[in-house]
Amino acid sequence: MAADTQILITSDKDVVTARQQGRAMALQTGFSASEATLIATAISELARNIVSYANQGSVTLKPVHGTNGASGLTIVASDSGPGIADVNLALRDGYSSSGGLGLGLPGVRRLMDEFDIASGAGSGTTVTITKWLP
Amino acid sequence: MQVPILKQGGVLIATIQAALSDADLLELRTALVQQVVRYRSTGVIVDVTAMDVMDSFASRTLLEISHMIRLRGAPTVIVGIQPEVAFAMVQLGLTLEDIPTALDLEEGLAYLQQKSRNIN
Repeated sequence: MAADTQILITSDKDVVTARQQGRAMALQTGFSASEATLIATAISELARNIVSYANQGSVTLKPVHGTNGASGLTIVASDSGPGIADVNLALRDGYSSSGGLGLGLPGVRRLMDEFDIASGAGSGTTVTITKWLP
Repeated sequence: MQVPILKQGGVLIATIQAALSDADLLELRTALVQQVVRYRSTGVIVDVTAMDVMDSFASRTLLEISHMIRLRGAPTVIVGIQPEVAFAMVQLGLTLEDIPTALDLEEGLAYLQQKSRNIN
């Protein structure tokens, strides 16, 4: 099993690196090309949020095994930026604080099987997402 | 990673050849809009066959390109969206709204030709 990989995110170029490594690890874990693209897309959204809102942070890719013998891939996107004051609002479709399409976080949640966000004003943001092999 | 833009008759063809960063996408937007003005282009094709991921930023930038160029009176066609990329886009909620899309470059050119024939 592949080891955890951490990618530091400091610029838009790192967004591309993170999603490419995420795709490679997804394929290695046994996901189809289509599922690997879903995972790469989710990573791209989360890594961009780091660059846009926190300037820097990290994306960690972790191959995981569930209690029922399932395998999957967990991605942790973490920063110590300004945080999200209203997490429920940020998870609403169409809401954007940056003039974007407002599909980032709610979209990521739709792409993945598990989605967890921990954030608060001033305390940074950590988004943890998991996709299980079907 | 610069995106080459070819001029074929009145049509500009931008072929994305690798994964693009956000800065690359914005550069493509500027270059295309400038060249549409410089060459008085009647249509634009953006070939995204080589794009690994179409996330919200890439979609928004393509929409902006299309809208800016439409204000110049020219249509933009996006060609070559890979099936798995399309799958992820729809799940994310990205539909590229009113931008015409085509299977590949050939179909994209045929679309633009038909469109200009309808106008003339």
